[in-house]
Amino acid sequence: MEKYIWLIPLLPLAGFIINGLGRNTLSKGVIGFIASALVFASFVLSVATFMQVKESGAVNDTIFNWFEVGFVKIPFSFMIDQLSSIMLLIITGVGFLIHLYSVGYMHDDAGFGKFFAYLNLFVFFMLLLVMGSNYLIMFIGWEGVGLCSYLLIGFWYTNPSYADAAKKAFVMNRIGDLGFLLGIFFIFTTFRSIGYNDVFAKATALHASGTDFTLITILLFVGAVGKSAQLPLFTWLPDAMAGPTPVSALIHAATMVTAGIYMVARSNILFSLAPHTMEVIAIVGLATAAFAALIALTQTDIKKVLAYSTVSQLGYMFLGLGVGAYTGAFFHVLTHAFFKALLFLGAGSVIHAVSGEQDMRNMGGLKGTLKITFITMMIGTIAISGIPPFAGFFSKDEILAAAYAHNPTYYVIGVITAMLTSFYMFRMMYLTFYGKFRGTHEQEHHLHESPSTMTIPLIVLAVLSIVGGFLGVPAALGGHHWLHQYLSPVFEGSVKVLGEHELSSSTEFLLMGVSVAGALLALGYAWNKYVKDGHVPVSDTEERPALANLSYHKFYIDELYDNIIRKPLDWLSTFFYNVVEKMGIDDIVNGIGKGTIETSKGLRLLQTGNVGFYIFMMVVGIIAILVYSFISIPGLK
Amino acid sequence: MQNLTQTIQAIPLNHYILLSAIIFSIGVIGVLVRRNAIVIFMSVELMLNAVNLLLTAFSVYRGDAAGQVFVFFIMALAAAEVAIGLAIIVMIYRNTNSIDINVLNRLKW
Repeated sequence: MEKYIWLIPLLPLAGFIINGLGRNTLSKGVIGFIASALVFASFVLSVATFMQVKESGAVNDTIFNWFEVGFVKIPFSFMIDQLSSIMLLIITGVGFLIHLYSVGYMHDDAGFGKFFAYLNLFVFFMLLLVMGSNYLIMFIGWEGVGLCSYLLIGFWYTNPSYADAAKKAFVMNRIGDLGFLLGIFFIFTTFRSIGYNDVFAKATALHASGTDFTLITILLFVGAVGKSAQLPLFTWLPDAMAGPTPVSALIHAATMVTAGIYMVARSNILFSLAPHTMEVIAIVGLATAAFAALIALTQTDIKKVLAYSTVSQLGYMFLGLGVGAYTGAFFHVLTHAFFKALLFLGAGSVIHAVSGEQDMRNMGGLKGTLKITFITMMIGTIAISGIPPFAGFFSKDEILAAAYAHNPTYYVIGVITAMLTSFYMFRMMYLTFYGKFRGTHEQEHHLHESPSTMTIPLIVLAVLSIVGGFLGVPAALGGHHWLHQYLSPVFEGSVKVLGEHELSSSTEFLLMGVSVAGALLALGYAWNKYVKDGHVPVSDTEERPALANLSYHKFYIDELYDNIIRKPLDWLSTFFYNVVEKMGIDDIVNGIGKGTIETSKGLRLLQTGNVGFYIFMMVVGIIAILVYSFISIPGLK
Repeated sequence: MQNLTQTIQAIPLNHYILLSAIIFSIGVIGVLVRRNAIVIFMSVELMLNAVNLLLTAFSVYRGDAAGQVFVFFIMALAAAEVAIGLAIIVMIYRNTNSIDINVLNRLKW
């Protein structure tokens, strides 16, 4: 099996090349088939690899020696351990479903071939990111997925605001990437290596001699903040919804944005040895979770709600990482990939049905016509709200329990955020599917359930959202927590450093009870408000209460960044242009030019044309040479 | 021959050097101050011959014939130079009706 590992990323790359070159010549059916089939083949190989890792532990495979300078040796090699094997399954599995869905969703788009080429390229880079055995290969994948994200957000680039959203995502990511890159440099100078096994082995040894890893881990975390849309760099993710909906599902919900969590989990030993960084991560994660949830409360664009909910859930994952619950955080990555991809694809199906409308104020009453979409999305909503026994309940509660063990304040904020999550998710469901249809007659006439290539992925993901949680049933509920055991070799070192905090079963029951009760309460409130009272969010022209207004306008974060970063930069640039450039640099450059001209003008007068003068100067020169050689004869002085 | 050598050596070497230096300087000054091309030319010859004189004097004093061989080379060279130089002067005269070198003031930018 080890011999075929390199095929896993290579197949999507082949798909990218075939579809990229044949985007205008191949028929849509062929393109869709190639793209989906190759990803499916990768999925099959991933399953086989997973089985092998499960049997006999991590698999290493060196493809070739990338470069070698002095003692620096960077092999292009893959390492599949328990962590990356699960990531492989998520990427190729969910990726395949989304490819399948896209065949239906993008059917009428002129850029069909281009879309699948990009999508395959994305899968390739994402696989590279998780499969690499050193930080440099991860960085290639990291940059590559950023590029694909940019290309796909700006897929409909003729719309300037979409193109702007793409640029925004790219620039925001660049800030984080810089941090990641610096982090890799520091890792290299500290450990003289960037291979995972080397670094982690040396980290444990070095820590004994008192080396502080805070700087390295903070820099790595900055990278994760950019890629995984945490405070303060989260604003690109909601804007990224400009891309086609399958892209939002695959890149901006299930896989790419979890790269930051993967990276932290991968480097867990480094982070465990830097307790200050852990605290920062926990606080940033918690703040992001709460903040994004508050914004999501009042959004009216169905994809924006999901986008903020993604940011919020990513915040949860970082909270989990920060309090040392690596397994819990990763568990949430897994379940989140299922239910968030499901929700996005469901939203896509809804948007598809109402002819491109995304504003929930113009939807309503769709549960009759969109039966499959409604049922599957409802499953996703229940899962994300943390209502047992659906997937989200187990992963979220594991994080919350760990947060409680670490600091009860974190738990309280976490539970409040979970209540908000439940509220805005059910608000979205009720506004979309209940009540009466509020769109135009033409849209109403057009309403239809999506084709089967779109509904099948929904159903598969819905099933996964239901059963996914049983991978990690906690001991308190009589489970074995299979995922925890499976991943334990990866987090072994950290457990030694952090120790395992055990909560008593009764405490755990209490915590679960509180969060479930909270979620149900929020559900009930949403039902009351949006179904029973038939409340619909007011249109943009009407007045809102101050707090709702603040939330609706995303706490004016974009405006804030505009004012504190873009405008001063603008002002500074104008200043530099007008003063430094025009008056400083221009003057120096022109001065040099003018000086040369003026000196030449003076010097050329020496050439009088008078032969006598020339001869005289010649004699003067000869005498000068004579005098010089005379005085420079040694011993004459 | 023995007699001639002794006669030459009867005069101290310093005198030869001084004489040569004076003739050479006259040549240099002549080149610098005169405007007549032929006179300048003659001044150049003076300078050459001052050097010749010095070379022969050294040759005698050291009893080494090499210095005199050099003198022959210089004389041959001077003859060739005169042939070309005078030809140039003739051409200048034909073109400008003058042999004043200040007429040739176009050697500039």
